[in-house]
Amino acid sequence: MKISFYLNGKQTDVDVPPDRKFVNVLREDLGITGAKEGCGAGECGSCTILVDGRACLSCLMAAVQLQGRQVTTIEGLAAGGTLHPVQEAFIEYGAVQCGFCTPGVILAAVHLLNQNPDPTREQIRVGLSGNLCRCSGYVKIVDAVEAAARKMREGKPR
Amino acid sequence: MSIKMLEAGYPTPRFDAMAKVTGEEKYAVDHTREDILWAGAKRSGIAHGIIRGIDLSEARALKGVYAVLTRNDVAGTNRQGIVHKDQPVLAGSKVRHCGDPVALVLAEDRDTLKKALSLIEVDFEPLHGVFDPEEALKPEAPLVHEAGNLLQKAVVRVGNTIEAFNECDSVVEDSFEVPGQEHAFIETENGLAWLEPDGGIVMIVSTQAPFRDRFEIAHALGIEVDAIRIIAPYLGGGFGGKDGATVQCLLALAALHAGGRPVKMCWDREESFIAGYKRHPVRMWYRLGSMRDGTLHALQCRLIYDTGAYAHLGVEVMALGMEHAGGPYRIPNTLIEGWCVYTNNPISGAMRGFGVCQTSFGIERMMDLLASKLGMSRLDIRLKNALLRGDRNCAGVTLVHSTGIVPCLETLGRHCLWSESGKWKAAAGPFKRRGVGIAAVSNAMGYGRGLPDSAIARVELTREGKIRVYGGVADMGQGNASAFIQMAGQILRQDASRMEIVQPDTSRTHPSGSSSAGRTTYTYGNALILACKELKDKLLHRAALMLMLDEARGLTLIPGKVRHLPSGREVPLDLLGRTFPETDRIAVKQFIMPVAQDDVDTGKEFKIGFPHVFFSFAAHLACVEVDELTGKIDVKGYLAVTEGGRVLNPTGFEQQVHGAVAQGLGYGLMEEVLLDHGRILNPNFTGYIIPTSLDVPEVASICVETVEATGPFGMKGIGEVGTNAPLPAIAGAVEDAVGRRLRRSPLTAASILRATASGCGVDG
Repeated sequence: MKISFYLNGKQTDVDVPPDRKFVNVLREDLGITGAKEGCGAGECGSCTILVDGRACLSCLMAAVQLQGRQVTTIEGLAAGGTLHPVQEAFIEYGAVQCGFCTPGVILAAVHLLNQNPDPTREQIRVGLSGNLCRCSGYVKIVDAVEAAARKMREGKPR
Repeated sequence: MSIKMLEAGYPTPRFDAMAKVTGEEKYAVDHTREDILWAGAKRSGIAHGIIRGIDLSEARALKGVYAVLTRNDVAGTNRQGIVHKDQPVLAGSKVRHCGDPVALVLAEDRDTLKKALSLIEVDFEPLHGVFDPEEALKPEAPLVHEAGNLLQKAVVRVGNTIEAFNECDSVVEDSFEVPGQEHAFIETENGLAWLEPDGGIVMIVSTQAPFRDRFEIAHALGIEVDAIRIIAPYLGGGFGGKDGATVQCLLALAALHAGGRPVKMCWDREESFIAGYKRHPVRMWYRLGSMRDGTLHALQCRLIYDTGAYAHLGVEVMALGMEHAGGPYRIPNTLIEGWCVYTNNPISGAMRGFGVCQTSFGIERMMDLLASKLGMSRLDIRLKNALLRGDRNCAGVTLVHSTGIVPCLETLGRHCLWSESGKWKAAAGPFKRRGVGIAAVSNAMGYGRGLPDSAIARVELTREGKIRVYGGVADMGQGNASAFIQMAGQILRQDASRMEIVQPDTSRTHPSGSSSAGRTTYTYGNALILACKELKDKLLHRAALMLMLDEARGLTLIPGKVRHLPSGREVPLDLLGRTFPETDRIAVKQFIMPVAQDDVDTGKEFKIGFPHVFFSFAAHLACVEVDELTGKIDVKGYLAVTEGGRVLNPTGFEQQVHGAVAQGLGYGLMEEVLLDHGRILNPNFTGYIIPTSLDVPEVASICVETVEATGPFGMKGIGEVGTNAPLPAIAGAVEDAVGRRLRRSPLTAASILRATASGCGVDG
């Protein structure tokens, strides 16, 4: 079945079975490997993408659900080559270790900050609780999201 | 982002972070090639049985199936294993655990692969299994391997322990049990392999030991070592679970039968649980005696390690556990006995903390028990007995290197979480009880005696004028690659933008051992420092030629250039790179970790990897609140004080400490591989819960810096030590809160409720 969507701003057409897992469409059919598959069952969050700006698990989505939607993967987050403040903060605050969960965590954080530009540490922890990280202990991830939120608020005209 | 000079001791952003936040970094699982086949293993599904036959006809007949292979297609020994070669690539006559592979399917796509695997019918004659390590040692127990279920019995003995107990004023005794733990790296075991036109195999694989993998594959499949090239990109986590053969031999076998097509194998999460390695479940019996003032005098313990169906590194894991069974304490008389036992359970192997997590629980519970019996403070009894440089440890090894447990404990004692713990505990709300616990731990660094802990570093000035480090040891996320860049950058005075690193590739980098044992940065780093010094000397002498100088005096490296300080004249590094042939721009140096020189008259059963002489130390404190109604434990505060020599990168140091605490808290509070007759009941993240961002508290990390004189820039490995303390610290805190002795992990709400309800002072 022919399915069309916008991938990181670019119109993309695929011809796949409608129930093909979207993470496989991205990784195998399109070679976009930023979204990782850690469990295939919606438990780990490493396949997180943004669909129309909302964080979604691409391992739980069928290709047909993406028809006409705006899809953002980690590859599309740095608009015009400039890192998103969350990406910058992840580097600066040491929130990256093995990095395998990182794309999913960053996109979940972007979604969180879009919903709530001034979250408490506890709200950040709740917002990221669907993303498993086995390396970090989450402290530096929370630090980074907090710092990114601050920077994004300061960068916006009041 | 501004470009920073690379300075040791400065919090430096990781070199690999940029590619990881943009999604550019390619892990093994992200690699693919044109026209791939997918390979997958048929797992036995039963814990113990004889294979009478395998019906492959339906699978072979399925459209899209390229090949179905069995034991008969394996030309070599069909045996894999790091030390003990007891694990078949494909089981031919017998299966010993539910994850044993009995057939290998190659298919055009993953759906067909799954279908084909389900169509394979194995005719088993089921055998009685043995799932309890103590049962396995009885004469009538079913045999997992023909030579018997006892893989190794060993004794570590110092002094005369039996007599010494008669001299003790106070003796305590107890038993403990800890279950298996899953590594739960987010990138599951996977790889991609293909044949080159000359018949050689190339494999991109998520592995901690690329150079050893070649020998594993060569031995098992009967091919030449030099016909195998292993490429190890950054790993999506490892923690010990990718040290040893996972997909490697199966994937190489598939590549040999794929008609020249590339083959990809990727275990899904459930297969990773079922076929992957685990932390050893251990049963422990401890007896600890002291004098009236709390001075430790005698320790006796018996440790039973369940290594599951195959040895993997079971004996070595147990050896390290035994070496640490007495904790970071001075105990003049010790008798530590260990049994490493085969069962039909999943395979136990290497995992961060490597046998030490388990015995740290044992000895630290005993220290709390003894403190309580003597009416001493839990901190004072630890401080009184903490090892000092020059003391012998419980295996009789003299500590001649940096030994920082006393400053760790002193720092903990000065912290407000300890000094104000009484006030904090008293402020518990209704139906809540609060407690504070502490633990002192150590963890050895390196392979230990008998197995040279070696690395060979290669560093190059490229034609473009950049410094390229050829890292021969994998980075599973701990940040060693970044540390290598930092070291080389500092010695050669280059900033991060002028540095490059090549990840392990057996064709391009030199054998440097596994990414494990807290030795990765220490051993390779030492080799790298030697190589950088040699390269620096070479470059200055070549630059002298270009500047028509009689000698290299007065020349120095600065970012991008060599400068002659007296005259100010300069040679750009790219010009130097283009002027001289490769051999003039490369340095290769080897380093081997020093070993213990004591001739300890014990542990003779351990042929390799015993004893150790370098240790990192830590003292942890946990503040918990227990809900009386539900038994739920909330970790309200956590402090980790760590001594690991000098710190190269404070950010990287904290990353390791935080991560170790999180894994240790998982081990202490929620993680357990649940088994029923060898079958895993919770082989996924729905049933096996690892800590989320809501479960790990804010962790205060304090570093006690010493200088390890043999270490690169004075450092030691600290990746593992932090994993050993959370369980005993939490157990001590919960015991402090509810007044019940806790002997089994994990400390789930249900177990706490049972313990408090029983009123008998134990957790059953």
